[in-house]
Amino acid sequence: MVNRVVTGAHYGLRDWLIQRITAVVMALYSVALAGYLLLQPHLDYDAWTGLFSSQPMRTFTLLFLLSVFYHAWIGIRDIVMDYVKPAGVRLAIHVLVILVSLLYAIWAVQILWGF
Amino acid sequence: MNKHRPKHLALHLIKLPLPGFVSILHRISGLLLFIALPLLLLMLQYSLRSIETYTQLLAVLAHPLVKLMLLGLLWAFLHHFCAGLRYLAIDLDYGVKLAQARASSKAVLVVSLVLTALLGAKLW
Repeated sequence: MVNRVVTGAHYGLRDWLIQRITAVVMALYSVALAGYLLLQPHLDYDAWTGLFSSQPMRTFTLLFLLSVFYHAWIGIRDIVMDYVKPAGVRLAIHVLVILVSLLYAIWAVQILWGF
Repeated sequence: MNKHRPKHLALHLIKLPLPGFVSILHRISGLLLFIALPLLLLMLQYSLRSIETYTQLLAVLAHPLVKLMLLGLLWAFLHHFCAGLRYLAIDLDYGVKLAQARASSKAVLVVSLVLTALLGAKLW
């Protein structure tokens, strides 16, 4: 009998590893950005957009945000698996979080390349 | 041998150990940050789109209630960050002994609160 549940905990090593890789990406980006901003004596609109208009900054910011979305998806799924028992509700939250994360990713591209 | 069943545990005296407390706060802060994501993305969008939206955003962020909310999110981020570093260290087999684990969870709580206070003071 096939007894696999789509919302179960049988994802194994892959997500565990991705959770940690995305965490390292986010930590490095956050520290770098915070360090840069704290050392910046005068921050205004021109300096802010100047920072984000370079291609490497856009790329790494998108990498950071994609890491956030993937990391959040795994985290929310872990929380849901622990506290939400009905499979239907689990699946609904699951699908919702995936869709929202994809929309966020599209939005992030629009934000970063849309000014 | 009389084992005195059923056992009556004094539930109000049983406390979550410190590492467990840090762990549940890690979940709560992560959930908070996820819920705040659309707001944070909107802030990024307004900060970049044009000088008008940038000024609008600054005006909104100047509101005391908004500042308080952002301070809460700043704590959520810093706690999640510090606790996350702790978990990465534990994954690499650093600080797995009980005394060390207790000390590091205390450090996570203190450092994230102190950093929140320092950064909060610096930003406002």
